[in-house]
Amino acid sequence: MAFEVPNMLFALPEMLLLAMCCIVLLVVAFTGNRQINLVHALSQLSLLITFMTVFWMMGEGGLTFSETYIKDPLSDVLKLAICLVNMLVLSYSYRYLQVRKLLQGEFYVLVLFSTLGMLVMVSAHNFLTLYLGLELMSLCLYALVAMHRDSFTATEAGMKYFILGALASGMLLYGMSIIYGVTGELGIEAIATAIANEELNQTVLSLGIVFLVIGIGFKFGAVPFHMWLPDVYQGAPTAITLFVASAPKIAAFALLIRILTEGMGDMLSVWRDMLIMLAVLSIVVGNLLAIAQTNLKRMLAYSTISHVGFLLLGVLAGSQAGFAAALFYTLVYALMTLGSFGMILLLSREGFEAEEIEDFKGLGQRHPWHALMMLLLMFSMAGIPPLAGFYAKLSVIKAVVDVNLLAVAIVAVVMSVIGAYYYLRVVKVMFFDTLTEQPRIEASTSMQYLLSGNVLAALFLGLFPGALFALCARIFS
Amino acid sequence: MMDFPLLSILILLPIIGGGLLLLCKQNHLLARQLALIVSVVTMLLSFLLYIGFDSTTHQMQFVERLSWIATFNIEYYLGVDGFSMPLMILTTISTVLVVIAGWQVIQDRAAQYMAAFLIMEGLMLGVFAALDAILFYLFFEAMLIPLFLVIGIWGGPNRVYATIKFFLYTFFGSVFLLIALLYLQFQAGSFSILDFHDVSLTLTQQIWIFLAFLIAFAVKIPMWPVHTWLPDAHVEAPTGGSVILAAITLKIGGYGLLRFALPITPDASMTLDWLVIGLSLIAIVYIGFVALAQSDLKKLIAYSSIAHMGFVTLGLFIVFRITANEAITIGIGNGQVLAIEGAMVQMISHGFIAAAMFLSVGVLYDRMHTREISAYGGVANSMPKFTALAVFFAMANAGLPGTSGFVGEFMVILAAFQANFWYAFLAATTLILGAAYTLWMVKRVFFGEIANDEVAKLQDINSREMLLLASLAVIVLVIGIWPDPLLNVMHASVDNLLLQITQSKL
Repeated sequence: MAFEVPNMLFALPEMLLLAMCCIVLLVVAFTGNRQINLVHALSQLSLLITFMTVFWMMGEGGLTFSETYIKDPLSDVLKLAICLVNMLVLSYSYRYLQVRKLLQGEFYVLVLFSTLGMLVMVSAHNFLTLYLGLELMSLCLYALVAMHRDSFTATEAGMKYFILGALASGMLLYGMSIIYGVTGELGIEAIATAIANEELNQTVLSLGIVFLVIGIGFKFGAVPFHMWLPDVYQGAPTAITLFVASAPKIAAFALLIRILTEGMGDMLSVWRDMLIMLAVLSIVVGNLLAIAQTNLKRMLAYSTISHVGFLLLGVLAGSQAGFAAALFYTLVYALMTLGSFGMILLLSREGFEAEEIEDFKGLGQRHPWHALMMLLLMFSMAGIPPLAGFYAKLSVIKAVVDVNLLAVAIVAVVMSVIGAYYYLRVVKVMFFDTLTEQPRIEASTSMQYLLSGNVLAALFLGLFPGALFALCARIFS
Repeated sequence: MMDFPLLSILILLPIIGGGLLLLCKQNHLLARQLALIVSVVTMLLSFLLYIGFDSTTHQMQFVERLSWIATFNIEYYLGVDGFSMPLMILTTISTVLVVIAGWQVIQDRAAQYMAAFLIMEGLMLGVFAALDAILFYLFFEAMLIPLFLVIGIWGGPNRVYATIKFFLYTFFGSVFLLIALLYLQFQAGSFSILDFHDVSLTLTQQIWIFLAFLIAFAVKIPMWPVHTWLPDAHVEAPTGGSVILAAITLKIGGYGLLRFALPITPDASMTLDWLVIGLSLIAIVYIGFVALAQSDLKKLIAYSSIAHMGFVTLGLFIVFRITANEAITIGIGNGQVLAIEGAMVQMISHGFIAAAMFLSVGVLYDRMHTREISAYGGVANSMPKFTALAVFFAMANAGLPGTSGFVGEFMVILAAFQANFWYAFLAATTLILGAAYTLWMVKRVFFGEIANDEVAKLQDINSREMLLLASLAVIVLVIGIWPDPLLNVMHASVDNLLLQITQSKL
């Protein structure tokens, strides 16, 4: 076997990020929490450098490291999104964590390593690399959720997340091993070739796919594997929830695409039915349970579950348009989630979490601008035009209609009407209820600007979604 | 004319104006003046549509067509024909009235109130001008947001219930529209509504699509039995909200049937015309009786709106029965034209009359803060000028010849005779029922003994209110006596529509 020098350049962003992680780790180790602003700046810088590198290297692509690593348009776009999202997460979280004395070096180190895991996941082209990235990301997330160690709920959430997450990883690994047993391959492409060309035992192959789908379903939080999600979202400090809810979903999307569509594309008929069940259940259960919530974080958790269902709709369509729609949905979802958890962070202050829906009472009178932003976010999540959320729903439903799964589409849209109710309730509380307590905003102006920009981006994407649609379509063509 | 993007300006001007209004938070006077200027300019610009309109063709005019979302072949495609143009002018006039009506009454967050109405105006104009299905849907849905806020923020005591009910009802209807549009795009290969008109569909496909359209638009119109949101929304909405609801949003339902259901699914419309005709007749007769029983002024007018909109749907769908009766004579008879034009005139006329009725109730409510009929009595003694106008509008509502209310109803009833005697008979009962509930209301509110001290102390209308009501009275009278200017612009479009719906797609 000839020794090939791997094309290191394809993994340059990850290597730079790893180097920066180590530097941040060293700084934290030597300065403790005295130089936390420096650590913050360094972390942002690391993400920025990674972002710039990915951006600079866009275009050329291919496989490297013995075909375990891939750089393609999909990985480029997802990496850019992950870096951008995490930069915003760090900016939004700063003040919240500082006030609660949670702003420690560990936070930054864990976030950076987790980001590294996500990038590896996005670029993985082999089951082992995929698993490596997934575990690097997940282990950091478990620790982050439990970071507020004096908080009972946060510890409980961390514990739950860890146990169920480990179970999910186990399922995924088991599925991978079955697939390996059948095909004798670990590489995504090699598996796809084996499935296409060889006479394989379909029963065992299907069994493997079942476990893979369960594992993916766990990571996404699709019903019936969603139990961890509301508890983690509610229990973790809001800043951590923000992190858990946004970028990891983008990475999970990569997991889904790499395993199911790139690796098992020919087995569409097998996994489509499973995804239909997951998607429909997620949309139904997520929307129905969200109605009963009084805690905004928990409500958003259930709304996430329903969004996951919609995202799966795009994938199960099995068409290129469907994958593009799912990608669009993922990116828009990350944008909206950032905005809505950002809004909770904006309103919370020392000794006040602003995580109950009631805490938004009268915001329309006190801070009309921020109330308007929250209104736009809620309508976007409900899928009302002219906001980005509408096009996300439109494109996945269009993909589903195009492959003649009309019944699924009808269930999805009817449930989105039910879903509209709980988003409207937030709007109602902000605008229609009279003021009781005055919600004060103590957040920094820069965060207010960033958050407004974030929301206006959702509005802008709603008015001119063409470019992003074209980009998503190009990736899967 | 082609180079001047009149439709885009009509849509964008109020929306941008509304955005600017949001900036002048505390300065109520400035906000009001700005709102008035924007709405008046928009209205004047919309008159250019009428002046520049070529009534000899059914082709879309003032067309603007740009690629918008290339991946899905969604376009920014605007244009008007004889159906949409009058409705757009109705929209711009109503908005001016709403701005004037809210001048003094709205003291709480006036700038946002005006802004909501201006943004809504732009979106409603967009609904009428859009020729791309997704663009239509976008305006159709986005319109709900400002109306939701208007009812929820400035409404009455039970406003939250009413506005959420309103939102969920209409949203529920419109998601089926979305599915139907996506399915049609799948068949036609583009989102252009005009391409949808030409796509061939089997009867089964047509029936499903038609039902989706019917659900979406029946909720908006609203038709019995999905009308229950309307009385709640009307009662709780501020006067301006009621005016816009009655004058325009209901018309969007009728317009949707004209633009989508009839031309895209003619065979399904024919197969299921009994359903729509039946529901329309129920609306006319049963809701007429319901209106008779109301003790709340706004509820009474709301129910009367549902009954009047029954004429619109009746007019649109008796066409198929007339065609069947005239099977021997090939071509388009007088009866079909009468039916469709009657429905259109009824929409426009009801827009003005309902607006006037709600403004009149607003005048009373601002003074007495109650809408209960029993709280009034003998208002004519203290408010003679107002009573004269209000009684005139009540007469118009009951379909008095010489007012616009008569023209549309009469045309539809006349056409109904060519379809089936009993349709016409049942529809004609509205002349009695309408007169009964309206005039009885007039008797109880305006005439008789002065009911209490508060009524005795009522101030007659000021010049602002006089201007509002008098201008509406003039419009109602003009359309009633001389409807030709309105009818002429729609002849070509009506003929074209009849051509489309009498040719089977199968």
